[in-house]
Formats: sequence, C-alpha cells, structure tokens
Amino acid sequence: MQRIRLRYTKRGRLRFTSHRDFQRAFERALRRSEVPMAYSAGFTPHPKVSYANAAPTGTGSEAEFLEIALTEPRDPASLRESLDASMPDGLDIVEAVEARTSGLADRLTASVWELRLDGVGLPEARQAVAAFLAAETVEVERRTKNGLRTFDARAAVVRLEALDGAFEGAADRPGLGACAILRLVVRHSTPAVRPDDVLSGLRATADLAPPVPAAVTRLAQGLLNEETGTVTDPLAPDREAVTAAPPTAAGLTAATGGSPARGGVPEGSA
Amino acid sequence: MPVESVFPRLEALLPHVQKPIQYVGGELNSTVKPWDSCDVRWALMYPDAYEVGLPNQGVMILYEVLNEREGVLAERTYSVWPDLEALMREHRVPQFTVDAHRPVGAFDVLGVSFSTELGYTNLLTTLDLAGIPMETADRTEEHPVVLAGGHAAFNPEPIADFIDCAVIGDGEQAVLEITGIIRAWKAEGRPGGRDELLFRLAKTGSVYVPKFYDVEYLPDGRISRVVPNRSGVPWRVAKHTVMDLDEWPYPKQPLVPLAETVHERMSVEIFRGCTRGCRFCQAGMITRPVRERSITGIGDMVEKGLKATGFEEVGLLSLSSADHSEIGDVAKGLADRYEEDKIGLSLPSTRVDAFNIDLANELTRNGRRSGLTFAPEGGSERIRKVINKMVSEEDLIRTVATAYGNGWRQVKLYFMCGLPTETDEDVLQIADMATKVIAKGREVSGKNDIRCTVSIGGFVPKPHTPFQWAPQLSSEDTDARLEKLRERIRGDKKYGRSIGFRYHDGKPGIVEGLLSRGDRRVGAVIRAVYEDGGRFDGWREHFSYDRWMSCAEKTLPGFGVDVDWYTTRERAYEEVLPWDHLDSGLDKDWLWEDWQDALDETEVEDCRWTPCFDCGVCPQMDTHIQIGPTGKKLLPLTVVK
Ligand code: B12
Ligand code: SF4
Repeated sequence: MQRIRLRYTKRGRLRFTSHRDFQRAFERALRRSEVPMAYSAGFTPHPKVSYANAAPTGTGSEAEFLEIALTEPRDPASLRESLDASMPDGLDIVEAVEARTSGLADRLTASVWELRLDGVGLPEARQAVAAFLAAETVEVERRTKNGLRTFDARAAVVRLEALDGAFEGAADRPGLGACAILRLVVRHSTPAVRPDDVLSGLRATADLAPPVPAAVTRLAQGLLNEETGTVTDPLAPDREAVTAAPPTAAGLTAATGGSPARGGVPEGSA
Repeated sequence: MPVESVFPRLEALLPHVQKPIQYVGGELNSTVKPWDSCDVRWALMYPDAYEVGLPNQGVMILYEVLNEREGVLAERTYSVWPDLEALMREHRVPQFTVDAHRPVGAFDVLGVSFSTELGYTNLLTTLDLAGIPMETADRTEEHPVVLAGGHAAFNPEPIADFIDCAVIGDGEQAVLEITGIIRAWKAEGRPGGRDELLFRLAKTGSVYVPKFYDVEYLPDGRISRVVPNRSGVPWRVAKHTVMDLDEWPYPKQPLVPLAETVHERMSVEIFRGCTRGCRFCQAGMITRPVRERSITGIGDMVEKGLKATGFEEVGLLSLSSADHSEIGDVAKGLADRYEEDKIGLSLPSTRVDAFNIDLANELTRNGRRSGLTFAPEGGSERIRKVINKMVSEEDLIRTVATAYGNGWRQVKLYFMCGLPTETDEDVLQIADMATKVIAKGREVSGKNDIRCTVSIGGFVPKPHTPFQWAPQLSSEDTDARLEKLRERIRGDKKYGRSIGFRYHDGKPGIVEGLLSRGDRRVGAVIRAVYEDGGRFDGWREHFSYDRWMSCAEKTLPGFGVDVDWYTTRERAYEEVLPWDHLDSGLDKDWLWEDWQDALDETEVEDCRWTPCFDCGVCPQMDTHIQIGPTGKKLLPLTVVK
C-alpha cells in the first residue's frame, strides 16, 4: 500500500466550502481520476483518506493537508495533476509527496494566518495587537453545539503582528482605503483557538471592531519552532526521505517542490 | 459593456448566512462566458433553494444547450433563503447568478422552471430583488423577458401578470428558437421595443404571451372566452416536443455541486412521456408520446457523465422507468460495467406490474438493498379502476412476496387520498392491503421484522388531465378520512406495529389546488401572499395555510369567487377552462370521455402495446411513439489505463 500526502488550498470564493463539502468533492475527484484507492473494511466501505485540521468554513487556506492510501503505487506528481484537474478551481491540489515518515498529524502543531482587516488603519491595529499581547489571558466566548463556551485565546498565540495592507490594492477599493493585515502564528491546542477567536480577543482588549468581516487565510501549517515562532514545512521530511532513498516502484519519479512553504514560514512574502 | 460582478458586495454578507457555499457557484462543469462575447444572454432559474434547484435536470439541460452555442450565454440563479434576502435588501445587493454573479436584471431573458406551482411566491421575491417590475405591464426594454417553463407552465394563468411569456413542453429546441428571435430583434436595433419582441415570439404559435390575450368572464365568475387582442396572435399556443432523444444527450457534463443537494447522482432520462394513462397524472398526460433513449444512447451518457462528474450513483430517470423496452438489459449492462467501481443504480418509484426481481437484483447489485417503493396509488380495486392504475391486489401481493422472499425487509407503498368518487371505505382498504403485505412477507421470509410503510399524499386535480373537471376533496374531509385510516392501522394488534404511516394534512393540497386550476384572478392572491411575507411554499416550515386563506379572502370576493370555487367545485363539460387555449395536444373531448370512463370505472390500455386510442396528441403535434427494443446490448468498456 502506498500512502500519499497532499497539500491543498481553499481559495477565493471557494473558501466558503465546508469541510464536509470538500470531502465529498475530493472523493468524487478520486473516482474521476481513477485513483486506485484502498477502501476501509466494513458494511459501507469508504476510501481511505485522512484529513487533518481543516480550516473553518469561510476562511481561505494555502495549507490544508490530507493523506490517501492506494492499492497500487502512482507517481505523486501526475496524481497531483489529475486530481487537481478534477477539482473545482480554488480547491487546488498543489503538492503531493509519498509518505516516507510517520505521523503527518504530529508535525502540524501550529498555523500561520493572515487576517485582512479592510477599513482598519495600521496604528489602530498595532495598538490593539500590543494590548492583546500585553494581556496574560484574554477570555473570549464562542457559540458551540453545546452552547456558549468561554476560554482563553491568548496562550495559544505565539506571534501576532500588524502590517500595512493598504499598498496591496486597498486604495482602489472605494470607501475603505485603510487596510491592516494581521499576521498570526497560533499553536494548535484544545479548545482550538481560531482566527476569529483572536479577533474577538482584540475586540475585548482594545475595542477593535473592523467595519467589514475580516478576510482570513491560513498561509502555512507545520511544526512550530518555539524559538523563532515560525513553522516548518510538514512535508519536508517525506520529500527528504525520497531524495535520500530510492523510489518505491521502478520508474516512479518522486514529486518535488513547487511549495512556497518549503523550508518554513513564507516570512516577509507579503 | 461588461456587467460588473456583485460578488465583492455579496462576499461581505456571506459570513452571516447559513450555508454560504450555495451562493458562490464555481461548481465542476459550470460555465462562465465573457459577457461581451455574447449577444443573447439567459439567466435560468429554479425558484427554490439551491439544494433543490441545482440537481434539476431541466435547468441543467437548457444551461448546457444554450452555453454550447456561439454568442449565447446562460447562467443560473436560485432562490435565496430569507436570511440572505434580508441582508441583500439592507445592502442593496440585487438578485445575482451563481456563475459570474451578474445581476439578473442585466440579462435578456430570465427563464424560470416551474415543476410545481409552489414556486410562484419565490418568483415574486426574485423579481423584486432583481429590480424587475413585478408586473409585465410595468416593464420596459431595460428589463429581461420573464419566461416561464416546466410542467406548471401548462397553466400559467395565475402568474400571467408576472411573466411576459411561457413555453409549454420540452425546452431544448424552444430556447434556441427564442434565442434566434431575440438576436434578430436586437441586431435590428430593437424595433418596436419590448412589445414588438413579445409579438414576434407570440406569432410563432409556440410561445404564449398572456398579455396578448383577453380573458372575458360570465356573471357567475366562469370564463366566457379567451381571445387574442391583436391580429397575428394565434388562438392557441402549442406545446413543444423533442423527438429522437439520442440526438439530445443532455446534460453531457452534469453540474457537480460543492454544497449538499437533494440528489447527488448522475441522472439519465431513459425516456420521456408516459402513456400508462393514470388519470390523476399531469406529467403523463402532457408529455406524450413516449420517446425512448436507446440502450446504447443511455450507456454512452452514463459513461461520459460518470467521467465528467465522479458521481457514485446513476439514476435512470423517467416517469415509469421499469417500462423502458430494454430496461432489463440496461440495468444488467450497467451493473456489469460498473461492478468494480461500486457505482449504484436507482430508479424513481416502480410500478407494481412492471417490477421484476431480476431487475431489482441488478439495481441493488453494486449498492445497498434498502427498501422497495411501489405506487398502487389507490387502496381499493374499484378506485384503481377509476384512476386507471391497472394493478390488482394479487399483482401487488405477488410482487411483494417475491421481494420479501429475495431478502428485502422493507416495502414502501404510495397512495393518494381524495381521489374522485372516493369513499372512506376505499381509503380504509389501504390498511387491509398493508396487513396482507405484512402477512405475506412474514410467511415467505419466515421472519417477523418485516416492515411496510404506507405513504399518503392528497390528490390535487390538475389541468390537462381527465380529472381537470373533478371536485377536490376539502382539507377537513381529507384529514377526517386519514384519521380513520390511522385508527384502523393502529387498532390492528397483529400487524399494526409493522406498518409505518406517513401522511400530510390536507391544507397544503388546497393551496396547490387553487394554484393548479387557478386563472388570472388568482394572481392577486399570490401577490398578496408574497407581500405578506410568503416564501418557499414547498417547505413545511415556511408554508402558511392561514396566510394563503386570509389573502384569498381579501382578494377573491372582489371577483365574486372564492377558494372553494377553484378547488372543491366540480366543472361541467361546457365550462371554458383557464388553460384551454394552451394546446397540450390532448383532445378535450377525449379527456372528457376518459373522465366519464373514470366515473364508470372503465379502464384504458397503454397505446405503446395496444392500438392508438386517439388521445389526440400524435396527430395534433405531428409526433409518434419511439420505442425499442433495439436488440443491442451494453458491452463491457475496454479498460484504458
Ligand atoms: C427527480 C424528481 C424530483 C427530485 C428532484 C427535483 C429537482 N430538483 O429536479 C425530488 C425528489 C427532489 C423531487 C421533488 C418533488 N417532485 Co419531483 N420529480 C422528479 C422526476 C422523477 C424527474 C424530474 C426531471 O428531472 N425531469 C426531466 C427534465 C428534463 O424535465 P423538466 O424538468 O420538465 O424540463 C423540461 C421541460 O419541462 C422544459 N423546461 C423546464 N424548465 C424550463 C424553463 C424554461 C424557461 C423553458 C423554456 C423550458 C423549461 O425543458 C426541459 C427539457 O425539455 C419527475 C418525473 C419526470 N420524469 O419528469 C418528478 C416530478 C417532476 N415531481 C413531481 C412532484 C409533484 C414533486 C414534488 C412536489 C413532490 C412533493 N410532493 O414533495 C417535489 C417538489 C420539489 C420542488 N420544490 O421542486 C411531479 C410534478 C407534478 C406534475 N407536474 O404533475 C413529477 C412530474 C412526478 C409525477 N409523476 O408526479 N422530484
Ligand atoms: S395519440 Fe395515440 S399513440 Fe399518440 S400518445 Fe395518444 S393514444 Fe398514444
């Protein structure tokens, strides 16, 4: 059995795809591209796909991960291409590597998020960020299936900074003008602290109230480097293992690269 | 000039609504064409929520047929839920298409597909959100032509004020013909404005433009006549019929939604039309004659469709799928082909007499063996003769015995309540039938966990059927009759617990009845209901009977009629019916005779297998029956890796 790990995106309008919607679309894509999937045993067999930490509905992502199990080996690069062609634009399959190491999930310990706050000025955003970071704990509320839940949004935040987003074309958005961008590194914890929890925290500590909903995108996910506050590419160990060891099946070429996240956080790329 | 996308404005509202994915489009196999590359632009609408509208085959077919043409574009729009509607009103975001999020008001045509009358209030919401004046009289050249199609359009009179025109029958060729007329009129610089365009459409004799017809009434409220009010407009408007389904293998690239929808399968229409002659069935009457898709045509569509979609299930769609002349070979051929791929097959409900166990086995071979559904429709032998559903109780018992004997545990039976001439006794016999089914099931399977679910719908008389003259049963009588049935089932110590009972109260049926056989005066009720907040009438949680009744009480007395007049009143032979000028091909005298035969409990055969009984359709529409068998088989597909 061959296992392949994929990185995919939720871009543009398709960020409104829920995880369930994505799953169904992905499983259809597997059938369209005739991937020799391994099936679970049982009364209603399911193709073996493991998903990790899906981004919430409505947030974009450049760094979602999943792993599939195949009954026959396939070249990851061409598999990626045909799967990507079978998915709607925006749900793009951007990377595929053969799993050579254990525990992808163990290497997903933190996320890097970008929050675009149209209509919020940089000074205002900086001030709010400073207040948030200065607090020991920031209690926020979230509505869950079991009612309103209160928890700390501060501890999981490893880094938070405000950048000026105005030069990224905000000037031609009439009426808005100002635009601040928050760059957030958050540790995966239980309960999970999501970007909107951090936004609630900013409102709680500094009254920051963006006039339009923030556009949120996950830029990267990976193993947290506690010292630098950055995350490393979770697929890198598999890729390195492939270059170090010969491929599993004769004639298969390993997929390499194309990953903007390779080697760590795309720092300063904005 | 390109039309701007409203998406940036809509996007800001989406985080605040339920299931935003339904509004973003981008489905697999959807099409966006550059605005300026086209000179005729269609917005196609299914006037219900996305989850119901997206899988609709009619819209999907027309979308593809139009988009395949050079210079023509078609985009889709669906009803938005009240949460988004409120936000759109507040932020002045107009009704949009999900494909390119263009405002619906900017298109040349808004084509709306009505498979049920319960979409009428949603039409008004859409018009208002789109900034299109609610009534045809107030529209100008700036506004799209509002065109109705689908089965309910066979009596568009209740929405005559709100639409500009209607097409009855198959849409494939009709939309192309209309496109041609619009293109020519635009190219000539829109001579004569909107009226001239509508006139050119009306002149063809196959597009109905209500405002070119005057309806005159008798003092007692009945219609005296419907007359064209300008010369050149034909007295009657004919339905469209597509022949040779193999030449129209649509949809070729079915849409694959991201959002969850009511149907997640690749559907292939295996034939159109039905001549079984069930007297309550409007669909069967208005889609004559039967036109089969060949076994190889079906195989081709399935193969391409599955490739294009990745669906896991194939639905073999039609009005009575087990009647296809080669259904056995179709089912077996497909089950063989897709055995490896775990592709399931399904048919909409099966006629009792057309059921055979080999077919049922093929259908469940690659999937789950859940339950079997049959529709005897009438509880007693007598009432089944009235409705021309020619199945005997023995047929049914034999059929279910085979099913239970072959491992099925659950059978679902559909019935109607309120059929013409029906008495309590006819309905109570449903309980007897169900107990016999259970008894037989226990006997042949040797098990006690046999179940039978009885599902009952209220009968609503429909235009263009032999029952178009029939009185509808009042909701009180319907409820009382069903209550008696429920007691009878509950009181059965031995079998009662094995029988499931599902029914709806009679109230929604009365509203459906009002809209089905309504005339232009009913438009005032629809408008009042819409203005009072009526939306999504097909949904229990949104439907309000009381609202419909109070709006009817406010509007109808002015015309000297009321809801009973439209629903529970029996019509006489001489009465001019509101839809008489819309020609479904059925000869009105033949329909009347069939109504009389119904009252005499006389049955009529199927013209596929017996000589033509002169329903009128084929000579009137210049069509003929197209059926197999072709004798061909579905060969295994060569595996290309
Ligand atoms: C699949 C199906 C469903 C599915 C999917 C519905 C969907 N979203 O499409 C489900 C299970 C959800 C369903 C539900 C219901 N259904 Co249903 N359904 C069918 C079925 C089996 C197939 C429909 C189909 O795809 N036909 C094929 C397409 C190509 O035909 P079409 O839509 O009519 O389109 C053609 C023309 O009408 C025309 N056309 C259509 N729209 C337009 C628009 C324009 C502008 C133009 C020019 C032309 C045009 O062009 C098309 C191509 O030729 C039919 C039976 C049948 N075989 O038709 C029943 C049928 C349509 N359903 C029916 C009913 C009653 C219902 C319900 C009201 C049942 C209920 N009581 O809840 C609900 C209503 C749901 C809703 N709100 O729409 C009835 C309609 C009653 C009637 N006219 O007599 C039918 C005919 C079954 C029957 N024999 O009674 N249904
Ligand atoms: S005209 Fe004759 S053959 Fe054609 S549908 Fe009617 S009964 Fe059948």
